[in-house]
Amino acid sequence: MSGVLTLPARRASSGVFLALALTLAIGWLVVTVDGGQLFSLPTTVSLLHVAAGLGLVAVGQTLVIIGGSLDLSVAYVVSLSTLVAAETMNGDDGALVPAIGLALAVSVAIGLVNGLLVTKARINAFIATVGVGLLLKGYLDNGYDGPAGKTAPALVQGLGYQRVGPVPVSFLLLLAVAAAAWFALARTRFGHHLIAVGGDPEVARLSGVRNHRVLVTAHMLCSLCAGVAGIYLASRLGSGAPRVGTEGLYDLESIAAVVLGGTALAGGRGGVAGTVGGVLLLASIDAIFNQLEVDAFFKQVIRGLIIIAAVAIYARRARRKAAA
Amino acid sequence: MPRVRPGSVVPIVAILAVLVVLLAIRQPDFLSPPSLMSFLGRSAPIILLAAGQYFVVVSGEFDLSVGSLVTAQVVVAARLIDSEPSRTWPVVVLLLAFGAIVGLVNGIVTTRLGVPSFITTLGMFLILVGAVYLWSDGAPKGGLSEAFRRFGRRAFEDVPGLGRVPYALLVLLAAAGLAVLLTRSDFGRTLVAVGGNPRTAELSGVRVWRAKTIAFVLSGLAAALAAILLGGYSGVSFQAGAGLEFGAITAVVLGGVALGGGRGSVSGAMLGALTLETLFALMNFYGVSGALKSTVQGAIILLAVAVSSMRSSSR
Repeated sequence: MSGVLTLPARRASSGVFLALALTLAIGWLVVTVDGGQLFSLPTTVSLLHVAAGLGLVAVGQTLVIIGGSLDLSVAYVVSLSTLVAAETMNGDDGALVPAIGLALAVSVAIGLVNGLLVTKARINAFIATVGVGLLLKGYLDNGYDGPAGKTAPALVQGLGYQRVGPVPVSFLLLLAVAAAAWFALARTRFGHHLIAVGGDPEVARLSGVRNHRVLVTAHMLCSLCAGVAGIYLASRLGSGAPRVGTEGLYDLESIAAVVLGGTALAGGRGGVAGTVGGVLLLASIDAIFNQLEVDAFFKQVIRGLIIIAAVAIYARRARRKAAA
Repeated sequence: MPRVRPGSVVPIVAILAVLVVLLAIRQPDFLSPPSLMSFLGRSAPIILLAAGQYFVVVSGEFDLSVGSLVTAQVVVAARLIDSEPSRTWPVVVLLLAFGAIVGLVNGIVTTRLGVPSFITTLGMFLILVGAVYLWSDGAPKGGLSEAFRRFGRRAFEDVPGLGRVPYALLVLLAAAGLAVLLTRSDFGRTLVAVGGNPRTAELSGVRVWRAKTIAFVLSGLAAALAAILLGGYSGVSFQAGAGLEFGAITAVVLGGVALGGGRGSVSGAMLGALTLETLFALMNFYGVSGALKSTVQGAIILLAVAVSSMRSSSR
């Protein structure tokens, strides 16, 4: 049964990797003609760093979206996590473990609240997570005017800037998290249940799946991933940043990456591999635009268009399939 | 608890009454006609946005682009008018057309291309914000004419009994009257039917896509009106419309309009916006930090939707 369910996802994710290859090829050509170098070491490293931050959030987002839910509070969870981590560390390597533990615990707790609001209070996921996001925004706006806390030097050196060849440690962390999420989806009972709940909640319930528990778990994992992304960003910035999540548009971009990767917004179909492809595609477009010195605001316009176009293409395909 | 018809305005009127009493205790001046009039004038933009959002929400969609649309409108108006009074009216007409076109695009992408409206309108949000920054090189240019600004900040002075009546309030009353008439027309009823059950509506011969598209156009027009009033009142900035989309959705939910469509009234939505503004005024008078506004807004959204989903599930 799981094989049947994951098949369309595999096909969709090959689409995004094809798009990624094309984008890189065209981008390389254009950048070279322009007199630049797309695959130079600094560009590649910064591309992978961008992908690591967005990717961590997007992998978590994939899980909730497959479950038929979604999480718009991730951007605030990211910001909050940078602050909790950096303020607890306060520049001290000795406080590293408790600080990371606390940041992750806070994130998971927010995921729990999201999950309970969606399942028990039966609030539309969109509204529930926007509501929780607004609650967090008020807390952040009220408490912080700017950066606060100081990230432990060991974390900055390790997660923030350490590389293995051209590959940052943070990107390896993303791959590890993605692999774990892939394993959870493809090989565990939780994963099969989550896909079933996203596909048809009523059928899942009748076949003995505890829908609420599965969805709440997915929300907690999603927030956990956002928390990890926050810790990574704190290691890059050296401090907690109350607006980093919203300025990075992690809520929208993560959903865009998931959708580009072929996961159906309605749930029940998709996978983590596609999401990683979607993240790399967005990061590559970003890198190409940077090399061409395209205006930041123009990039945003293009991004909006890409998101709408990608969803339109998938919606069209889904409709044709339904008609056939 | 007495049974209240779903979508009724009774609960929101009760909440509003309580808030007004609390306000009057703390700040008796608040209820004096001049201060009440200017409060209503200041609240006009968000009430207009809530009315526009009502049409979209009751048809079963969301419009998250309105905040960025307001910002874009204000920046565009300032640059085009460039402090030249004679350009006021052409620019006002242009803004209304701009709002309608953005709504049309939102509607067509949502209904004809099958993109969920929250993706469409969030995408539109990115596009509008990016485009307006791009067009103005990162800093607002030009300036609004006094003739433009009067809609948002001037008033008829020396009105017997009321003191001063802001233009914004008159614009609001006219728009609200139109909105209520519209909900009572065939179109208004069709829209509720579309939101309640699109399949049934489709089968009974309604062109669902057209009804929804018109709803998005109305929301765009409401944003244009709100931008004209807001630009006049508070001037030109890239923050002019920030967060207004969630304000409008909170107001709509608070006013008893069901998310997902099919239930609620436009007067409820507008009263919801007024209640929200009253609550913020109350917080202000009690010395609560303005930064906590969004926390309060988040709590209200969660509470209002939880209560209404509990009630509809127990029926």
